[in-house]
Amino acid sequence: MAVEPAIEVTQIALTLKEQLPILQIVVPFVAAPLIVFFGSRSLTWPITFAASAISLWISVALLLQVADGGFISYQIGGWAPPLGIEYRVDAANAYLLVLISAISTVILPYARKSVASEVARRHHTLFYACYLLCFTGLMGVVITGDAFNIFVFVEISSLSTYALIAAGAGRDKRALTAAYDYLIMGTIGATFFVIGIGFLYMATGTLNLADIAERIAEHGGNRTIHAAFAFIIVGMGLKAAIYPMHLWLPAAYTYAPSAVSAFLAATATKAAIYVILRFVFSVFQPDFAFQSLALEFILMPLAVLAMFAASFIAVFQSDLKRMLAYSSVAQIGYMVLGITLLTQTGVTATIVHLFNHGITKAALFMGAGALALRAGSSFYDRIQGMGRTMPLTSAAIVIAGLSLIGVPGTAGFISKFVLVEAALDKGWWLVALLVVFSSLLAVVYVWRVFETLYLNAPAAGTIRQEAPLSMLIPLWIMALATIYFGFDTQLTLGAARTAAEGLLAGTTGMLK
Amino acid sequence: MMQHHLILRVVVKILAPAIILFGLYVQFHGDYSPGGGFQAGVIIAAAFIIYGIVFGLKQAQQVLPGWVVHKLIALGVLIYAGTGIYSMMAGYTFLDYDGLSPAYPTGGQHNGILLVEFGVGVTVTGAMVTIYYAFAGRPPRISDEEW
Repeated sequence: MAVEPAIEVTQIALTLKEQLPILQIVVPFVAAPLIVFFGSRSLTWPITFAASAISLWISVALLLQVADGGFISYQIGGWAPPLGIEYRVDAANAYLLVLISAISTVILPYARKSVASEVARRHHTLFYACYLLCFTGLMGVVITGDAFNIFVFVEISSLSTYALIAAGAGRDKRALTAAYDYLIMGTIGATFFVIGIGFLYMATGTLNLADIAERIAEHGGNRTIHAAFAFIIVGMGLKAAIYPMHLWLPAAYTYAPSAVSAFLAATATKAAIYVILRFVFSVFQPDFAFQSLALEFILMPLAVLAMFAASFIAVFQSDLKRMLAYSSVAQIGYMVLGITLLTQTGVTATIVHLFNHGITKAALFMGAGALALRAGSSFYDRIQGMGRTMPLTSAAIVIAGLSLIGVPGTAGFISKFVLVEAALDKGWWLVALLVVFSSLLAVVYVWRVFETLYLNAPAAGTIRQEAPLSMLIPLWIMALATIYFGFDTQLTLGAARTAAEGLLAGTTGMLK
Repeated sequence: MMQHHLILRVVVKILAPAIILFGLYVQFHGDYSPGGGFQAGVIIAAAFIIYGIVFGLKQAQQVLPGWVVHKLIALGVLIYAGTGIYSMMAGYTFLDYDGLSPAYPTGGQHNGILLVEFGVGVTVTGAMVTIYYAFAGRPPRISDEEW
């Protein structure tokens, strides 16, 4: 057999900077099997933290590259899109990448003590491996520009999330049923999503998001595309816990280990909301009558209902973590409301609330975890009076609670202000009023926490000791961030505006 | 030790190596004929599972301990991702097999697909055997007091 002639190498070697989009995924993804392969408990946490910190650095580098409104495209395996899988970073997803990796990097130092007290030692390596896979999945959902690839990453993050939630079983066996419930609901959601992708593929013959958008823009909508829209919104709606598809969420967040609750509450539903944003504004054209009617007459009332119903349920909870979970459902209502406004200000409000609610909820769940570490559980009757025994933890919870309400000077105020502004711009003054009224319910449930922590006598049998520093510092970083981003809106609001502009440019924003 | 089912035990002892050999054939001949990493992984795992079913979990775990299986799962993923990282080091995009031998891209593609399929095979073997171990080694139902 003749030897093949050597083909002249024409390819120019890619630099590290050009490899950043894939490294964003590969670094945490490779760290997960490395942890299991080494199997050493002392190496587990440092590897996890290093992977998360490197991811944060990469995501910031990516955001800086696209902050002016451009985008980066990365072709996996050298296959050019639309045939190959493409990673596409623009302002919208770079912003989410920074949010997810920053939250993870702050939570991990906190997780060390928290996980040690809540998860059996022999499970630690597998626990952190699952955590990294979940992290990889969420980052992947956000970074990829390929519809089927989104599904694959959704599954990676979901499967590891089920295991992470079930890891709470050491403390409370109900974590197992919570994880099982989420498994069933999450699988249904993913199935709906993949059916929607199937319909899109049927109608357009392509899986690349930009390519799908181009073809829909060219040929207009039809029944198949409408069905795809419905399936994708319902599928991702389940993952994002849009009311009334939120039933898996309260139990999952309540019984998961505290560090997992904090991480998931701040990132998992946000990634799903991002996918909805991406599909509604970039892939489908929101000006199609069908889509805008569905959003205005189905999702908008549901969003308003979520704001009230879930907040109302939160008021009557007797467990801090469960209360926070219901409050999350209500806050997701605000984000969905921003989407249904279909205006640039509305989308800006959604994106900025993704970030602000992320840091607020992370701080609150971390605080709940710190209380649970000393009190044994986060039930109100166990944590009452902790304001005196754990003053630093309790103060951080109150600060984050103020941000949850939307008190001026906190991050929560900024996003609610932009949302009200967007509703008024659109002329929906009733909706704007409802947003303000629903915040009053938040006042009630945050007041109940304040009352429990500061105005009641401590419960007997709790350890009267402040949480360890490794938990307090991340908690306070988050709590101070909620105040910092309440004053300096340049970073969050500015990036959110660029992101919303990019998303709303629709197909033109997706095309080269 | 259980001594009945003599025929079964003799047959399994003869079959197990043949099954593994067939698995390796499916693995490394996957680029010319139907097959590949996933199918091969399942076939190889089947050899260990049938051994475990006939001779008992304990004996199967003496052949292939649980911790080795865990490492196998991780190792396969590392082989797959490592191939991609190698092509990145060569200055190509992730998993661009041309990067494995820039002078002969066709050969690089051939080797690349064999490598990643081997990674898939190793992980699938590990995962299948782990699932079997987890089911077979399940402790008795939780007693009422534990709830």
